[in-house]
Amino acid sequence: MIVSRREKIIGRVILVVLMLVTVLPFASIFVTALHEPGSYPRGIEWPEAPHWENFALAFQSADMFRLLGSSVLIELGVVPAAVLLATLAGFGLGHLRPPGARALFVVFILGLTLPFEGIITPLYFQIRDLGILNTRWAIILPLIGLFMPFAVIWMRANFATIPKELSEAARVDGATTWHLFWRIHIPLSVPAISSLAILLFLWTWNQFLLAIVLVADPAQRTMAGALGAFQGRYGTDIPLLCAGSLLILTPTLIVFLVFQRKFVSALLQGSLKG
Amino acid sequence: MPTPASTAPTPGLGGAARSRPPAPGRRARRRRAGGHLLAYALVAPAALFYAFFVLRPIVASAQYSFYDWNGVTTATWAGFDNYVAVLSEPKLVGAILNAFELILYFSIVPVGIALFAANLIRSIAASRLAAAARTVLFIPQVIPLVAAGIIWSWQLSSDGLVNQVLRAAGLDAVTRAWLGDFDTALPAVGVIGAWVQTGLCLVLILAGMTRIDASLYEAARIDGAGPVREFFSITLPGVRQEIAVCVTVTVISALASFDIIYVATQGGPGDSTLVPGLQIFYLAFFEREIGTASAFSIVLMALVIAVVLPLQRLLRGSES
Repeated sequence: MIVSRREKIIGRVILVVLMLVTVLPFASIFVTALHEPGSYPRGIEWPEAPHWENFALAFQSADMFRLLGSSVLIELGVVPAAVLLATLAGFGLGHLRPPGARALFVVFILGLTLPFEGIITPLYFQIRDLGILNTRWAIILPLIGLFMPFAVIWMRANFATIPKELSEAARVDGATTWHLFWRIHIPLSVPAISSLAILLFLWTWNQFLLAIVLVADPAQRTMAGALGAFQGRYGTDIPLLCAGSLLILTPTLIVFLVFQRKFVSALLQGSLKG
Repeated sequence: MPTPASTAPTPGLGGAARSRPPAPGRRARRRRAGGHLLAYALVAPAALFYAFFVLRPIVASAQYSFYDWNGVTTATWAGFDNYVAVLSEPKLVGAILNAFELILYFSIVPVGIALFAANLIRSIAASRLAAAARTVLFIPQVIPLVAAGIIWSWQLSSDGLVNQVLRAAGLDAVTRAWLGDFDTALPAVGVIGAWVQTGLCLVLILAGMTRIDASLYEAARIDGAGPVREFFSITLPGVRQEIAVCVTVTVISALASFDIIYVATQGGPGDSTLVPGLQIFYLAFFEREIGTASAFSIVLMALVIAVVLPLQRLLRGSES
């Protein structure tokens, strides 16, 4: 490709500017978090005496261990179950294709663009009638259902792209459907399954609306829901709020940085297919 | 939404009967029926969860929307009154209009910035700096929207980073509490949305641009096409699908916005940043107007579909 030097320099400058705009807000709340609790700092300004203990203070006030524990429990309830259900259904719709598979598929597509606010009101009464309001099940069970459209369509697309010849060859060799599924399709689907797991993990961790409507106790919520409650309680103490927000962000950021390649490709594919 | 594999439904294809050597008719039929039963059994758990926690609430929403109900006492039939309220009360109509204005900031601005920047970055897309940028620009997509809202509430406050930068540039006159001002609250919320969405759009569109055949550009340059011409006749058509995805995802995020606004402004000042999601939440859980909340939910779902379906046709459909 013919590219002039000037073009490359402009490209680099733009990249750096965009990265700065992305990172500066984080830098700003980090610096603010080091100011004296209860004070009202201005913009980005390094404090004379950094109050590192604010992080410990926020850690205690936010009850971070319980929050982390609660989020992990919710993740464990949602992600494995949702991935399993979607994989089974995806295999049924994408590979076995019984009569009516197409219609079922269309029904799942209908749920793809659904805004959660659209069903939150009746969902509240439904969860109340089930007697699980204010428990973690109130987040776990609806989330599994709400993830099904995306997850099933994702897994169906995966199984539909696995070459037919492979399955036919296995059938000729006398493989049962179970063998076909477990020995051939699942090993070939590991990338799709792990990407799906990452996406569902992220969406569960960041789920806010279900958490604030269906669970009153912040200690039973997701991380994002707990953050909302933390803001309500410490909204006036800016340094402490910033320290708490950073603490609550840290686990997501660590997971993201560790799996960044996988994350980016999963999110890109996710939005392309969604 | 897209239907990846658009093969016609051919019953039994890939099923047991086809791949086996021809067996006596009855046995094959029984086997095929068994296969179908298994397939339905595999789909059933996912379908049940979906039906119970998504389809049932949608039906219930539609049902509630025709009643006047406070969630406790007996509901009374209200006909289309709730829908009339949603589409005529200034406060409720205002929320819908705000959501449409947010499309400008959540969708058009990020896609515009992403197209412009990606076009300039294209030539260095494989560099180390670009790889680092891909990671950094993705961070806003990964953190909870609530966190983005909290972080930016502070940046946009009267002593925040935004005003600090403006003062440094000598623009003291325009500084203000951006989220507390009737005129600027909605655009300020929009800035938060733009900050969240730009990275995703940029990375997506850049990935699309690097897939465009480089020889097209060489040919264009030999023919004497300028950068503008090049952009409109090669780059833009080449990333059409990526643009469609970005627009769809971000438009839904604008119409269904909730988290950012809940923490940044709670809909205020006045109703200047009230959006449908927040209004439904207030109606249902504070004002106890379950009927109106449900009618608004149905309207919101219909709006999303009414906007997304034509977008899909417009941006994808005429490709083939």
